[in-house]
This record gives sequence, C-alpha cells and structure tokens, in this order.
Amino acid sequence: MAGPVNWLSQVASVTKFGLLSIPQRRASVSAAVIGIAGVVAVLVGVLSIAVGFRKTMDASGAPDAAIVLRSGADSEMVSGFLRPDTRVIADAPGLARSDKGPLASAELFVIINLPKRSTGTDANVPLRGVENEAFAVRDSFKIVQGRRFEPGKDEVIVGIGAAGQFASLEVGNKIKVGRYEWPVVGIFSAGGGTAESEIWTDASVLQGTYHRGDSFQSVYTKLISPSAFQQFKDALTSDPRLNVKVMRQTDYYAEQSTAVTKLITTLGVLVASLMAVGAVFGALNTMYSAVSARTREIATLRALGFGSGSVVVSVMLESLVLALLGGAIGAGIAYLAFNGFQTATMNFQSFSQVTFAFQVTSQLLVQGIVWATVIGLIGGLFPALRAARLPIAAALREL
Amino acid sequence: MKFVHLIWSNLKRKKLRTGLTLLSVLVAFVLFGLLASIKQALSGGVSLEGANRLVVRQKVSIINLLPESYKARMERIPGVDLAVYQTWFGGIYQDAKNFFMQNPVVPEEFLNMHPEFILPPEQKQAWLATRTGAIVGRKTAERFHWKIGQKVPIQSSIWAQTDGSRTWEFDIVGIYSGRDKNTDTTPLFFRYDYFEEARAGGKGQVGWYTIRVKDPSQAAAVAKLVDQEFENSPYETKSEPEGAFVQGWAKQVGNIALITASILGAVFFTILLVAGNTMSQTVRERTGELGVLKAIGFTNGQVLTLVLAESCLVAVLGGAMGLALAWLITSGGDPTGGMLPQFFFPHRDLWVGLGLSLVLGLATGIFPAVAAMRLRVADALRRI
Repeated sequence: MAGPVNWLSQVASVTKFGLLSIPQRRASVSAAVIGIAGVVAVLVGVLSIAVGFRKTMDASGAPDAAIVLRSGADSEMVSGFLRPDTRVIADAPGLARSDKGPLASAELFVIINLPKRSTGTDANVPLRGVENEAFAVRDSFKIVQGRRFEPGKDEVIVGIGAAGQFASLEVGNKIKVGRYEWPVVGIFSAGGGTAESEIWTDASVLQGTYHRGDSFQSVYTKLISPSAFQQFKDALTSDPRLNVKVMRQTDYYAEQSTAVTKLITTLGVLVASLMAVGAVFGALNTMYSAVSARTREIATLRALGFGSGSVVVSVMLESLVLALLGGAIGAGIAYLAFNGFQTATMNFQSFSQVTFAFQVTSQLLVQGIVWATVIGLIGGLFPALRAARLPIAAALREL
Repeated sequence: MKFVHLIWSNLKRKKLRTGLTLLSVLVAFVLFGLLASIKQALSGGVSLEGANRLVVRQKVSIINLLPESYKARMERIPGVDLAVYQTWFGGIYQDAKNFFMQNPVVPEEFLNMHPEFILPPEQKQAWLATRTGAIVGRKTAERFHWKIGQKVPIQSSIWAQTDGSRTWEFDIVGIYSGRDKNTDTTPLFFRYDYFEEARAGGKGQVGWYTIRVKDPSQAAAVAKLVDQEFENSPYETKSEPEGAFVQGWAKQVGNIALITASILGAVFFTILLVAGNTMSQTVRERTGELGVLKAIGFTNGQVLTLVLAESCLVAVLGGAMGLALAWLITSGGDPTGGMLPQFFFPHRDLWVGLGLSLVLGLATGIFPAVAAMRLRVADALRRI
C-alpha cells in the first residue's frame, strides 16, 4: 500500500461517504444522538448539583478563620458555651484584632419554620444571633439592601439566598418568631457562602427570646494569618478552663458538605453509567445498521484496493462524530437548563436549609464530552470490525 | 399459537440487534425501578395507620421542646383518643456515620399508638420490667448484630446525664419487626422514665406529640382544636396529619429530589425512544417478507398480530428482566447507610412497570404493524 497520505485520503473518502449517507438513516442516527445527548445532559446536570452545593460550602469559610465548638459537638446545633468561656476564647493568642478588640464573635444558632416559596410548606430556616464582631470576622459580608439591625433591637437582616427561597423575607416585612414579630431591615450577601441562607439578629435579643441566659453555641474567629491556627488551637485545647473543639472554617464546612456531595455524585454517576450502557446499545445498533446498509459499497471499495484499516477508522470516525454531536447537545441542554438554578435543600448536619445554585463548570462539560467520546468509540468499534472483516466476494454477490 | 415459531424465527433473524434492543429496554426498566425506589424513599411512604394520627410540634420549630404536661391537656380535648410523646435523642453509636434514630417513649402507650411495630409479648413484658431496657427495629439490630440481652452504649450529642456523662447505656430487651413493608424498623426506643430521671437539663420537656383521633374524618378539626388550646401560651403548637408531616420532611430535602426524579423520567423516555426506533426499523426491513406472507394467504389481522406480538415480546421480556434486576439491586436496602430507611421497590410500581413495557411494545409496534397490514402485496413484492 502507498504512503500515509494515500491512506488518509482513503479514510477521508470512506468517512465522507458514510457521513453523506446519514440523512437516509435519519431515524436511527437521531435516536443514537438523542441517547448520547441524554447521558451527557443527565451526568452534567446531576453533578452540577453536587458542584454547586460544594461551592457554597467552600465559599463559607476562609483559610484564616476558625470556629470553636463544645468538644464532642459536630455542629453548632448541639454545642454550647457560657459567657466566661467565650471571653477566654477571645483572649487566645493568634486572633486578629481591630481597634475595638479581638475579632471573635460568639453566636447562637436556632431554627425557625418559614414556608418555602416553591412549595408553600414549612422549612427549617437557620436563625443566627450574632455579636458586632460577626461582620468583621466574615470579610465577605455586605449589606445589599436596607441597613444592619441595631444592637439590642428586635430587628433581623436576611441572607440573599434565604430571601429568594422563603416567603415574606423582604425589607419592610415582618417575620413571626413565636409570639414576637421582628421587622426585616436589610438583606446581605456573604460571598456565596452558607450565611446567605440564614437570618441574623442580635445575639442578646435571641438569648432573651429563647430564654438562653447568657449562653452561646459557637465562636467564629478571624486569625492573624492562616498559619496562626495551630497556635490558637493549642492554646484553647490545652486551657483547663475550657472543653472545646477548634476547627478551621474551611475544614468545618468541607466536613458538612461531604455527605451530600458524595450522595449526589454517587447517584449521578450510577444513573449516568446505566444510561451510558443503554446509549452504547443505541450507538451499536445505529452503526451496525449503517454498516449493513453499505455492505455492497464497502465491499466494492475493498475490491478496488482500499485497505481494511481505513474502513475501520472511518466507521469509528462516523460514530465519534455522532457521539460528539450528541455530547455537545447534551452539554448545551444541561448548561441552559441547570446553570445558576437557585434552590435550597436540607443540610442534615445543621438540620436546616442551605440555599445554593447549580454550577455547570467547564470541567463538568469536558467530563460530559469525554463520556460521549467513550460511548462513541465503543459503539463504533464492533461494527467497524465487522465491516473490515466482510468477505469481499460474498458481499459483492449481494448485488 | 401456531405462529409462535414464526415470531421466534423473526427475532432470531438478527440475533445481535434483538439482543441489543432487549438490553436497552432492560436498562430503561432497571432505571425505572431505581427511580420508583428513590421516590419511595424520599416521600417516605406513609402507612394507612397515619390517617388517624396527628403530629404536634412546637410552632416555632421542631427543635423547640414542649412541656410533658401537655399530654393530659391534649387528652381532654374532644375527639382525641390518645396522646404520646417522643424526644429526639441525637445519639451516635460508635461512629457518626452509623445514623439511626433513638427516642425515649413511654412503652405501653407508645406500642398502643403504633401497632405497626410488632413486638413479641414476652419482650414487651421484659421492656416493662427493665428501666434501662430498649427495643430496636430489626434492620438496625441486624446491621450492628445486636442480640437480646446485649448492653449498648450510645453517645448523645444533645443530652448529658446528671453526672455530666453523655454516654447512655441501654439493655436491648426486644427486637421489633414491621407490620407493613414500609414500616421503618431502624429506630431504637427506650424508656422515658429512665431518660427523665437521668438527664441533666430540659426536665419535664419533650420533643413532639403523636395524637390518635377517634374519628379520622375529624382529624383536621381536632388539629385545629389542639392548636387553639395552646394558643398564646409560651409553647404554641402546630398540629398536622402524620402524612402531611412526613411529606413536609420530603419537601425540605426539596426540589433536588424532584429534579433527580424528572431527570430520570427524561432518561427513561430517551432510552425507550432509542429502543422503539430500532424495533420499528426491524419491521420496515422485512416489508418484502410480509408481502410474501400476504401473498400466500395471511389475512390483514394476522399480519398485524404477528408484528405486534413480536414488538410486545421484546418489550415485555426486556421490561420484565429489567424490573427483576432492579428488584435485586434494591433488595439490598438503603444504599446510603441510614439516610433513606424507606428505600425499596414498591409492589405497585412493579405492576406499573410491567404495564409500561406492554405499552412500549404496542406503541413501537403499532405504526409498522398498521403499515404492514395496509401493505399491498404487489408493492411489497416489487421492493424485494
């Protein structure tokens, strides 16, 4: 056989031949393309839920921030301190300071029922009581509408995510907590983190309403630098007056997100793999019928001296083109339908709602296209081998 | 029946394609089975028993407690038959990942309220006689290989004992099973009197109440009466039928579940489309043969039946195998290890699936079948 140029031109002409015959096989070709598009759309769509959730959790903690809980508590909900404990924590070495003192905010965390906008049924919405330092501890905090609550007053501010998901959380409205009615005076953002799912009020107000005395559940702190963490942690855990657990905020939120992300990712990959199996069958069927419809043509080419290699490659190329087309359609659908979709789900660790947006990232799109490519290759391989092995004489006799 | 052989030969004509079609139908129905199980797990399959039961919780949030003294006040409200309380214990056995619910209850009235938990009478007696006794559902007992008589230490993330310890020890005195398939047999129940005496804080307070109403048709009215009774008290209540309460939980997980379900639905139909297309292609290719059959005297009806029977056979066979496979996969139970105790494939959906596979067979077969029936012998033979 002649050189690689000749071989390439053989491949090109056989492939062209196959691609040009696609309109005649519309139904079966579009079924295969739709099948692959479905796989990619589902894979990307489901994984974008996990990516979005994880992103919200990751955005919640900064590397130079730490959270202090009662030892043995794995969430704020079951943690607890008295005022003297929080003072000891605020005096620990390694904490960043402002002109008003150390950057440590002792906070309370409770849950109230508010109806979800989408379903109208009650959901557990986190209500956080914070001290003044809370705003400095979280440096991404920003009021986007209205103003902050006044210390000591029965007022609340609402995270931008919560405002979107739960009914009546608008500036000027009131929320009912037991027998009290608290006006919403502002809406804030917090760099996309979980704080955006929360309602905030003054810690002393919340203590009074919940008959908590002078107690808190967690202390959020800002450190001088990320490397000051060890010093801060050692100082607290070795202090005989305290019985606490100190975590980097990034670790704390990563721990909270693993269960949900793992569940969604496993589910997504499982479902997509099953579908991929189905789509491979679809692609195989399509390419087998493509080959059998062209038995005579392929045999003629072979008789004219085309190599079996070029036939194999061209059938695979055709299958790959169809798969990539399907993959692109699927990825496009997933992007249009899911990217940025706002929703809220239950975070079982904090027993309350977290609002987040689905994220169709470029990595996910690439992953989808990779799946499509694999399906296309498997779907093309066996029919291609059959085409290459056609006994030329017998196939020509079918004329 | 004499045509069975003919149908069979037609299927064998292109073994590979029949096989692939069968497999894609199979995959579609495996997905259907998983979808049904996930839906079941998330909606929590409320048993009929729930129709006469109300759940009463603190109005602000279920994490806020209610006084134990509300029991007597509730039972005085007309239409209320029985009120029992439970409290979230939040315990961890060995590792936080080993999640299951543990609640303190008053044994006799609790079992009276929940006939869906079946406990052998001698184990019930043992529970009544042992203050630190606990009963556990079959699923959890099997999961941790617990035997009757065993002592089980559980660490509570919420409740400390008066001596400051958070480790509570229980004697397993009974293992209950579920009356219905959707009865959740993962929780552990222990005695409230033991709990009340030993706990350091929150004395006299309980998590939530379950009320049995005398007449299920009056459930909504009774719920209203209960909430009115406690209106303007420091502990206002929210009462709702047990079914609505469970559904509320499912809705908290939110449209994630809905989205997953709708994605799976879309997938199911995509695969059906792919499979259906291949099936009709098979018939189109045989136009000539069908012409021959008609030429040798097959009636229109016979040709129609022949084609339909073939597509239905593939669909139902693939469907049944897929459903059986899904059944096998889901029979392993909850894949998340505790988060979805209600994960199983409901019988009803098994029949729905079989019905769907028949519909698939008819839908994919009907167009080629009608075309075959209308075929004029001369046209068909000319195409050979």
